[in-house]
Amino acid sequence: MAKHETPLLDQLESGPWPSFVSDIKQEAEARAKNEKGVEYQIPVDVCEDLLGILELSFKHGRTHWKHGGIVGVFGYGGGVIGRYCDQPEMFPGVAHFHTMRVNQPGGKFYTSEFLRQLCDVWDMRGSGLTNMHGSTGDIILLGTTTPQLEEIFFELTHTYNQDLGGSGSNLRTPADCVGEARCEWSCYDTQALCYDLTQEYQDELHRPAFPYKFKFKFDGCPNCCVASIARADIAFIGTWKDDIRLDQEAVAAYVGGEFPPNGGSHSGRDWGPFDIKKEVIDLCPTGCMQYADGKLAIDNKECNRCMHCISVMPRALRIGNDRGCSILVGAKAPILDGAQMGSLLIPFIKVEEPYDEIKEVIENIWDWWMEEGKNRERLGELMKRQGFQRLLEACNLKPDPRMVQEPRTNPYIFWKEDEVPGGFQRDINEFRKHHLR
Amino acid sequence: MDQAEATEKIVAALQKKKSKTKFYFNELAKILDLKPRAAKKLINIMVTDEVLEYWSSGSTSLYGLKGVGKQAAAEHEDE
Repeated sequence: MAKHETPLLDQLESGPWPSFVSDIKQEAEARAKNEKGVEYQIPVDVCEDLLGILELSFKHGRTHWKHGGIVGVFGYGGGVIGRYCDQPEMFPGVAHFHTMRVNQPGGKFYTSEFLRQLCDVWDMRGSGLTNMHGSTGDIILLGTTTPQLEEIFFELTHTYNQDLGGSGSNLRTPADCVGEARCEWSCYDTQALCYDLTQEYQDELHRPAFPYKFKFKFDGCPNCCVASIARADIAFIGTWKDDIRLDQEAVAAYVGGEFPPNGGSHSGRDWGPFDIKKEVIDLCPTGCMQYADGKLAIDNKECNRCMHCISVMPRALRIGNDRGCSILVGAKAPILDGAQMGSLLIPFIKVEEPYDEIKEVIENIWDWWMEEGKNRERLGELMKRQGFQRLLEACNLKPDPRMVQEPRTNPYIFWKEDEVPGGFQRDINEFRKHHLR
Repeated sequence: MDQAEATEKIVAALQKKKSKTKFYFNELAKILDLKPRAAKKLINIMVTDEVLEYWSSGSTSLYGLKGVGKQAAAEHEDE
C-alpha cells in the first residue's frame, strides 16, 4: 500500500512509453524492502514523499519546491543546488531534497563497476534517484539532506576520484562528444581538450565570480552531437581546411547498392535503391557537388562543412587531413525565450597541446565579460548589447568576412573615426561644390 | 590592498546595507574598487575564512555575510 494516493501520477504510467513515475515507485519499493541491508542515511520513504509532493503540485497546479540556498560543500560555490519543500510536515522525507552535480567523465565513458559504486553511495546517502545525464552533461544525483553533502563529497573525491560539476555563476561542467575515441569524423581530440580546460579552470568551475553561467562545449565535427553551437557560450567545433577525401570506388559501391547509405541506419523500411542525386547532390546546401559519368566532384572551397554527404556515404567521403576547430561564441538556450545560436569568432585554430592560443581567446573573452557584463547577462547578450566589434577588440582580432553570417543583416563592424582619412568631419561647402542639394 | 583591509571594507559595506543580505560578485568588486580577477582572490579567501558565504539559486550565485539573512529562501523572495 503506497504511503500517498497518487491518481494523477498513476495516469502518467498508462502510456506506451517508459514512465519516471514507475521508476520512482520501483525505487520506493526497493528502499522499503531493503534487501541489501543498506544503512540509509536519509529517510527511507523519500521516494514515497517525492511522489506525494508531486501529486499535490499536480493537484494545485503550482510547485511546492523552494529552490536555492547556502547549501554546498566547504570552499565550493557550485555543484550543489539547494531544494526544500514547502510542506515539510506533510512530506518529511523531502523536507530537504538537494541536487548534486557530479562532473561526468569525458565523453561519458565509464565502467559499469563505476556506475554500481556511484549508485551504492547514492542509495545509502541520497534518494537513489539519478538523472544520467543532465542537459549540462553532469551525472545528476537527485535528492539528499544537508548533513549528507560533505559526506558524499568526501567519498566521491577520496574514494572514487570524482569531483562536483559546475552550477550557479560558474564555469559549468565542460561537456564533449566521444571524439576520436569512437568517431572517425572527429577533427580533434575532444576529450583531451575538455579534460585540459576542466583542470586549467578549476577555480572558475568551483568559485563563482562570473556575471552568470558560462558554458564550454566540444564537438569533434560539425555534426555537433553535443549541440555546442546552440547552447555553449564558447563552442569548439571540429573542422578541416583542406579537401574532403574522396574514394570514387566507394562512391560507385554506394551507387551500385553494395554499401548501405547512412551506415545502414533507417533500415527499418525499404526506401528503394540509393539515389545519389536525390539523397546527396540535391541536398548539398551550397550546391558544391556534382555527379556525372559515374564520378563525384566536389568544389571544396564552396563547402560549408554541413556533413550531410559524409554522413550518408562515410566509406566514400572522409574529413580532410588539415584539421583543427572553429570557435563560436555567444550561444544560449534558455527555456522561456531568447535562444541564440553561436557566432563565428575564430574560423580555424589548430588544437594542439598545451592549447595556449585557445586559452588566450578564452581569457580575453572572460576579462571583457566579467568587466562589462551585467548581472545575469550571458555572453551572447553582451555581444548583442555592445556589438561584435567590441568582442573582436577584446580578443585582439581583426574582422574577417567569415564572421558575417548574412551580408547586410548583421552589420557588426563599423568604421571608427581614426580609421577614416580626415575623420568624420568634412567641409560642407567643399562637398556642396560637387554635390548639389 | 591586503587581505585584512579588504575584509574590513567588505564587512563594513555589507553591514551598512539593511535592505538586502545577498550580493552579486560585481557589487563586492566595486566595494573593493578592484578588477574582477584581483577581487576574486580576496573574496575567495573571505569565503574560506568564513566571513562570507555563497548563496546559490542553482543558476545564479550570490554572496552574503555568513549567517546573515534567510538561509533557504526561494530566489524570487530574496530580490
